[in-house]
Amino acid sequence: MRDSKKTTISASSPLGKRSGLSNTGILLLITVSLFVILYVSSTILFKDSNFAKYSVFFNLINNKAYLLMLALGLTVVLITGSIDISVGSVTGLVSMVIATMLSSQSNISAIWAIPISLLIGVAFGIVQGYLVSYMEIQPFIVTLSGLFFARGMISVINPKSVPISDKLFMSWSSAKVYIPFLYNERKNGTMDVAYLTPAAITAIAVLIIMIIVMKKTKFGRSLYSVGGNPQSALLMGVNVKRIKFMAHVLCGLLAGIGGLLYTLFAPSGNPQNGYGYEIDAISSSVIGGVMLSGGVGLPIGTLFGVLINSLIERVVPLLGIVDASWPRIISSAFLFVFIVLQSLFASAGHKGSFKPVLPQWMRFNLKKKN
Amino acid sequence: MKMGLFNDRKGPAMLSPSAGKKLLNNRLIFSLLVLMVVVVQNIITTPNFFEITMTNGLLSGYIPNILDEASELIIVTMGMTLVIAASGGVDLSVGPIMAIAASFCGLLLNGSEYRTDVYHSPYFLAILFGLVGAALCGAFNGFLVSRLKIQPMIATLILFTAGRSIAKQITHGQTIYIMNPTYKWLGVQIPGIPIRTTILVSIAIVILVVLLVKLTSLGLYIQSVGINGSAARLVGLNSRVIKFMAFVICGILAGVAGLVSSSSVGSVNSGELGLSIEMDAILAVALGGNNLGGGKFSIAGSVIGAYTIQAITTTLYAMNVRADQLNVFKAIIIIVIIVASSEVFKEKVNRLFRHITKKNVPVGGLSDERQ
Repeated sequence: MRDSKKTTISASSPLGKRSGLSNTGILLLITVSLFVILYVSSTILFKDSNFAKYSVFFNLINNKAYLLMLALGLTVVLITGSIDISVGSVTGLVSMVIATMLSSQSNISAIWAIPISLLIGVAFGIVQGYLVSYMEIQPFIVTLSGLFFARGMISVINPKSVPISDKLFMSWSSAKVYIPFLYNERKNGTMDVAYLTPAAITAIAVLIIMIIVMKKTKFGRSLYSVGGNPQSALLMGVNVKRIKFMAHVLCGLLAGIGGLLYTLFAPSGNPQNGYGYEIDAISSSVIGGVMLSGGVGLPIGTLFGVLINSLIERVVPLLGIVDASWPRIISSAFLFVFIVLQSLFASAGHKGSFKPVLPQWMRFNLKKKN
Repeated sequence: MKMGLFNDRKGPAMLSPSAGKKLLNNRLIFSLLVLMVVVVQNIITTPNFFEITMTNGLLSGYIPNILDEASELIIVTMGMTLVIAASGGVDLSVGPIMAIAASFCGLLLNGSEYRTDVYHSPYFLAILFGLVGAALCGAFNGFLVSRLKIQPMIATLILFTAGRSIAKQITHGQTIYIMNPTYKWLGVQIPGIPIRTTILVSIAIVILVVLLVKLTSLGLYIQSVGINGSAARLVGLNSRVIKFMAFVICGILAGVAGLVSSSSVGSVNSGELGLSIEMDAILAVALGGNNLGGGKFSIAGSVIGAYTIQAITTTLYAMNVRADQLNVFKAIIIIVIIVASSEVFKEKVNRLFRHITKKNVPVGGLSDERQ
């Protein structure tokens, strides 16, 4: 951005301006209230599984810290109207690299896991971002190749499962940071204190940074403007290509962090690690209120999207369904509901007639279509 | 073909037609080039490349093998081509739809048994049931895309995530083995015919789709809806119905591929059937020079794209690359092809070409841009 004047860019899509509450606000409200309803109803329905306990709530974050990172990355790229489906494989690649690095034979310090995982993520982000924004290749194809590449590299590095034996890394993995005052008494008199893992603390810190970046910085506002309307963003002096490139790099970086957090959560390298996580991340972002057409979405909404996914995974077994495939089906059903909602919101601004909700890179002939 | 991100951006100022540019402008050239390189490489490394022998009453050899292995991909690619052309988006759910179709078929044939050689219901009824299941899945996708105007990738994401789980529920969570020898007719061989049925089915499907596209107006309609939906509506086309139909056809074709695939292994494994075939199919369409943004499409291009991908896969297997490592090479080859055929790259090459020859051509003139 070369303009010296500070430009104010609205986060809401042009469609939402007619109503009192912006699209962003409505979608966020729905997501948050859905989470609250789900949580309260599961507290009432499953009295034995202690949903009223603080520790159970915080475990929702502990278990899905990595997904929060991936979903935040996707939030950023989806807001610019692009997409990145390589994040799941990058997560798997990072965990495999760390596991191979810290396996019993080598004596590399666990500290190196941090820069290496970030580097892998950023490298993917840079290459994909360059191809998407400067070579103008469709992001779906680029990141699909990225997915293939990362998934293949996992087995090139190590086709078998590797456990991590490094003591320092394991101490990070199993560390718990107890939260004072948030405890419940167990029946036998001991305290069940809520805790956060270092991974969850990292995730929350990144989330806060992302909220500030998206809300307060020039870069963050440019992301919305690029996704909302690239033409006017260009006219305002936003370097659209550069912003899109940066969004992909940021998404790659977050995927790298996500890989690190995932390895902390499940400390072993497995060729199947991170399989299908891109889908979980997309659905978390969408449930969290990110409009696929670009320009709409908030990081805090993504947090609730992740929490809903995490809650579904915990509640479904309690319904007496043992089969592991049901959380997926129910999560998909939620995704379906939210997509339909988004579609209705997009049409709401157009007085009863449906309008296509297409992201930037799919709007091939937008001018003629509209 | 415009692969750009921004719909507002005018295409690069075209330069004078030169031999190099004409070559670059041919959509299929890179795909064909790769196919040729792969074939030549094969001819060099395997002396018996063209050899076709008869084993167990079946033609076998290198070429029949590639044709056989590519058949599922080709069937799925046909549907994917139509969906991409009509909607400008992709159908991610073809793999799970394959699993669902095969599960329905297996459920009817086997009843509640997991391993049996007795058909519990007529063969053709089961096949029909499988195809109807696939068509319903396609109709669900089509409804979301055409009625609710949800972008195809996200609409099909629902079945993509849930589809395999649904298929698993249909088969009660277990792999079904259908031991009746007639079940293998569709995927291996009908007694007396020396060509594998998969090849015949894939050829039949291609011919069917070509006839559908060329003899009826469907191809033209799909193209016009894909290029400009509202203009198509203004001339009286019901773009909703056409998009819906494209998804239903894609679903049915995915169902056919699923039945063929399950028949060739004689079992229904919902977790494995057509795994990650959607990626290959999308890439085949892209390699075939079709615009992933919708509009103009070429069935021939898609077929060539599918064979290119299968030829790459088979060759890499022959070079002792493990299945899970295959993706690295595939990704690199695909990125190279896509980059080489992108507008920006062409422009850069043209600029370089002009720089070398020091020809100053009026910018914007002498355009032979037909796309």
